[in-house]
Amino acid sequence: MIDTPFVIAGRTFRSRLIVGTGKYASHAVMAQAHAASGADMVTVAVRRVNISDRSRESLLDYIDPDIFVLPNTAGCYTADEAVRTARLAQEAGLSNWVKLEVIGDERTLFPDNEALIEATRVLVREGFVVLPYTSDDPIACRKLEDAGAAAVMPLGAPIGSGLGIQNVNNLRIIREFARVPLIVDAGVGTASDAALAMELGADGVLMNTAIAGAREPVAMAEAMKHAVIAGRLAWLSGRIPRKMYATASSPIEGMVGR
Amino acid sequence: MRITLNGEPHELDEPLSVADLLMQLSLDPRRVAVEHNLTILKRQLFADTLVHEGDRIEIVNFVGGGSSLVMSDY
Repeated sequence: MIDTPFVIAGRTFRSRLIVGTGKYASHAVMAQAHAASGADMVTVAVRRVNISDRSRESLLDYIDPDIFVLPNTAGCYTADEAVRTARLAQEAGLSNWVKLEVIGDERTLFPDNEALIEATRVLVREGFVVLPYTSDDPIACRKLEDAGAAAVMPLGAPIGSGLGIQNVNNLRIIREFARVPLIVDAGVGTASDAALAMELGADGVLMNTAIAGAREPVAMAEAMKHAVIAGRLAWLSGRIPRKMYATASSPIEGMVGR
Repeated sequence: MRITLNGEPHELDEPLSVADLLMQLSLDPRRVAVEHNLTILKRQLFADTLVHEGDRIEIVNFVGGGSSLVMSDY
């Protein structure tokens, strides 16, 4: 089956899987996991350079040059802080794309949608391609779209929780509403979670911990690659309706002994 | 002369440009972004921008991260 390409803000991606760069045991393992995942977009955080210890290698040396680097505003708690971080990321990275996060609560890491929408407006006005991480709330997603977001990225479950998709119905509704790419961001624990997100019609899935935290990150990255492909194909293929009772799939006619 | 570099006091022997400061710190100017007294500095201006006594300089780069759980000291 021929799929439509995965396009965000005019840029086409080969893979519908987007992965993170955090929490790996080493940069080398991360690079192997990236290769195994097939992802051609990875997300990175923006932080102060460690002045006292310059011995550490640069993260970017371990990211394949063919992979698109998407800076995020992880750890920002206000719209101002997120906007400032996005601007710094633009200067450091020579791209105007940002995965926008404005966190509202330390324990759940749930987004502050009000501040997120405000920051989206500011950055869109400055010409940024904004991919906001938001709650699984169709109204918040709609408002982000109206603010000019290039995609909406509702969470499946809290960041790093590995709980899988918690509100399947909301994601269905968001799928119905969304006119920009829908990327499920956060909450994936294992391959079936990623497949489910895609089966619900998401255009892509973003994950970090599910791969980086697995006992075998490289193998899990490969599992996620297949899960996203399988889920996408299942969505495109149109699943059968759920029924309460069995429907035989072999003919009754010609049974031996009848 | 003393400046504030990434939130910490930092001593410099003589006035110098942002480009020189980055070189002193062995930082690749293509891999970082610099904020000079809360204003983001375009890379083309690194060589022509002088650091003065009391200036606040922030130098950031990219580190590993997916979402808000970030490996802080990559």
